Amino acid sequence: MADLSIDFAGIRSPNPFWLASAPPTNSGYQVMRAFAAGWGGAVWKTLGDPIVNVSSRFGGLDVGGRKLVGLNNIELITDRPLDVNLAEIVACKAAYPDRAIVASLMMEMDRARWHALVEEVQSAGVDGFELNFGCPHGMSERGMGSAVGQDPELVELCTRWVVEVSRVPVIVKLTPNVTDIRATARAAKRGGAHAISMINTINSLIGVDLDTWNPIPHVDGLGAHGGYCGPAVKPIALNMVGDCARDPQVRLPISGIGGIATWRDAVEFFLMGAGSVQVCTAVMHHGFRIVDDMLEGLSNYLDERGLGSVNDLVGKTVPRFVAWNDLNLDYRVVARIDQETCIHCNKCYIACEDAAHQCIDRIVRPDGGHDLVVDEGHCVGCNLCAMVCPVDACITMERVDDGATATTWRERMVPAPAAAGAKGGSSSEP
Amino acid sequence: MRDTSTETPALGPPIAEPLSHLDVVLEANRCLYCYDAPCIAACPTGIDIPTFIKKIATGNLLGSARTIMQANPLGASCARVCPTDELCEGACVFKHDAAPIRIGALQRHATDWLAASGARLFEPGPPTGKRIAIVGGGPAGLAAARDLAILGHAVTIFESGAELGGLNTYGIVPFRLPVDVARWEAGQVVALGVDVRTNASVGVGPGDAVSPAELLRDFDATILAAGMGDVPRLGIPGEDLAGVEDALDVIERAKFGRPLDLGDSVAVIGAGNTAIDAATVSRRLGAQDVTMWYRRGPDEMTAYGFEVAFARGEGVAFRFHRVPVRIEGMEGAVRAIVFARSELVDGVPVPVAGTEERIPVTAVIRAIGQAKHVALYEAFGIAHERGIPVVDDALRTSDPRVYAAGDCIFRPGATDAMVVVAAQQGKDVAANVDRALRAGAAHG
Repeated sequence: MADLSIDFAGIRSPNPFWLASAPPTNSGYQVMRAFAAGWGGAVWKTLGDPIVNVSSRFGGLDVGGRKLVGLNNIELITDRPLDVNLAEIVACKAAYPDRAIVASLMMEMDRARWHALVEEVQSAGVDGFELNFGCPHGMSERGMGSAVGQDPELVELCTRWVVEVSRVPVIVKLTPNVTDIRATARAAKRGGAHAISMINTINSLIGVDLDTWNPIPHVDGLGAHGGYCGPAVKPIALNMVGDCARDPQVRLPISGIGGIATWRDAVEFFLMGAGSVQVCTAVMHHGFRIVDDMLEGLSNYLDERGLGSVNDLVGKTVPRFVAWNDLNLDYRVVARIDQETCIHCNKCYIACEDAAHQCIDRIVRPDGGHDLVVDEGHCVGCNLCAMVCPVDACITMERVDDGATATTWRERMVPAPAAAGAKGGSSSEP
Repeated sequence: MRDTSTETPALGPPIAEPLSHLDVVLEANRCLYCYDAPCIAACPTGIDIPTFIKKIATGNLLGSARTIMQANPLGASCARVCPTDELCEGACVFKHDAAPIRIGALQRHATDWLAASGARLFEPGPPTGKRIAIVGGGPAGLAAARDLAILGHAVTIFESGAELGGLNTYGIVPFRLPVDVARWEAGQVVALGVDVRTNASVGVGPGDAVSPAELLRDFDATILAAGMGDVPRLGIPGEDLAGVEDALDVIERAKFGRPLDLGDSVAVIGAGNTAIDAATVSRRLGAQDVTMWYRRGPDEMTAYGFEVAFARGEGVAFRFHRVPVRIEGMEGAVRAIVFARSELVDGVPVPVAGTEERIPVTAVIRAIGQAKHVALYEAFGIAHERGIPVVDDALRTSDPRVYAAGDCIFRPGATDAMVVVAAQQGKDVAANVDRALRAGAAHG
């Protein structure tokens, strides 16, 4: 049995699955239920100055009848008194001393007020802090949340204020609503953060009601932009985690957040450099019970691969996550279609015909049926056919180059000495 | 005279309930939206099935219904009566590895929505000045009338019954196809300005409303879509006893709530879909013992597998390799029927001597196929082979002014005639007549 426990920047938990600071961690009752279900940690719903929440707060994105592929929300930080939250944190910690309780914090840009909040909350015995520099709605209009997180100078300054008085590790939660997340990650590092977490939610409008023409969700007929999360944001989060993980100027533990719903998603985040993962939308969709499969699936995966701990996964794919200019232009794959398992839905054919390179032929068989056959001479190996195929492993991408040469664009275009210095550029390079 | 009352009995719960809204969403989204999908090729009317399902998924029910009804003017009936596991659903790419998409049920959802909405899908085309007579207002005739009206021709349907719809209205049990569905479908055609003469049989007999000569004189083209006639006699003693019934007559009387007393014990002779309908309707009318007797084996039955399964579920028994020998009665009414075991002689089942078995029954229903309208074809003077008009690839008979489509040109094969095939023939004959008239060849 693999060891699922982690020590994340000094915060220990029996497994790497934490609840993100969000509606599921709004109260002690919920956190107790989560811990009973097996969650390794919880980042408490953001504590700060009193706010008032609106009625009608979430909106869901459904795709093809599948519910909550994405979710956005306009809920703010906790709307419960600080002393109530702190008393419940104490009770949860007493009931589950082995679990990690991290307090998410948000405060106006005032050093003394930040100091007071940190001091008061850490007296409750939290295992760490997570600074909410990411919430993109509501609080940002008041100079907090992503209004801080989008300005590297403010990130650095505010992180420093917290670190000055905190006796526990400080995680800075970053907003994805920036051009290059490494700028704010580096700022957190300069400010003395012990770790970073990402991503907070993405600016979004989930939809418009076709009957009423109201934005979704609406509050008495009006809507405001919200924060987007759920399975649909996972690729954005993975890219940002990888971007930070490979940046030599960051070099901080990363707690991965964004669309994680299963152990498989979690493994991907570990491989891209995350040392813990945080989950919210999947719990909002299915409840705390999903952690059972997450724990078992991760454990089985590690066992099957002969790995002793989660740490054996962390960052393993990061060296393979490079700039486009470092990709091998001589590598070549083509699609192969297994005629035995093909169900002849022709999805690959029409996708290739209309949207790729017109290299799947429908060859009529003597019996009047047809085979779908790839014209390998023209196939560019784009993967589209394999992606649209509903049958597992029916279309495979097979390597056809001999592997004798490997040339990158950088090598082709730039003299060798200059090439070395250009490596490690942003993945957003065109 | 057929009944014209609008209220018709349901005779118990329907065979299939409509899909729930949730089921529709799940099922419509499960469809892969195949390209050049095999289900389309398997539909005799070529409905673009993935497209109509996609439109259901996006909430475009009007567009979905249009996709269906454009291709199949009998789309609402076919959603209920088609042997979908042998057609579209049997061709679904999921058939081997997963449950096929429930295409028939989704088609019913879209067409039910259309009927409930009252929306009108089609308009008559600009008048061409051409007049076309259609003999028979069943599926083939209605389909032809619909498309001809859209093309701008003046269409008159001569229907021998009181209502349009043919077998859909009169010959299919209401728990599979309610009369209202057939009526709505016919109404869609009539709304295009099609002139309908009901109780108007065509022929040269004293009871006929119009003669072939009049049609040939007054119309630019005539389409025979008369279907088939009564169930032929068994040709055995006792057939005139009270309680010996024609299956189609039984179904029609049951469907329209007219008096029908079959008693407790019913023998149905035959094993086609009409025989099944007669048997199940007998059960629902209260007969305790209903048995279908067939001269061949279970594999030779022309009834669809799902119909046989339904009949078994309704408590209908099956006996195979039996031929009726005579019907016995008392005081003019049926008391028993005698069967003999059958054996094949030159491929034809014949009774085996000494194997007779007397079965007490209160009614005998014959369902051994339908007679051909030979008199009609001979009145038109067109060539026919054993009562089936000879047609060319354009569905034109030996008289170039006369076409034929639907069950009347159906040649018995592996299965029964299908509504969906009749619908396609109606479309085909409409297109052919239109082409010929526009080419000015109709009078040639």
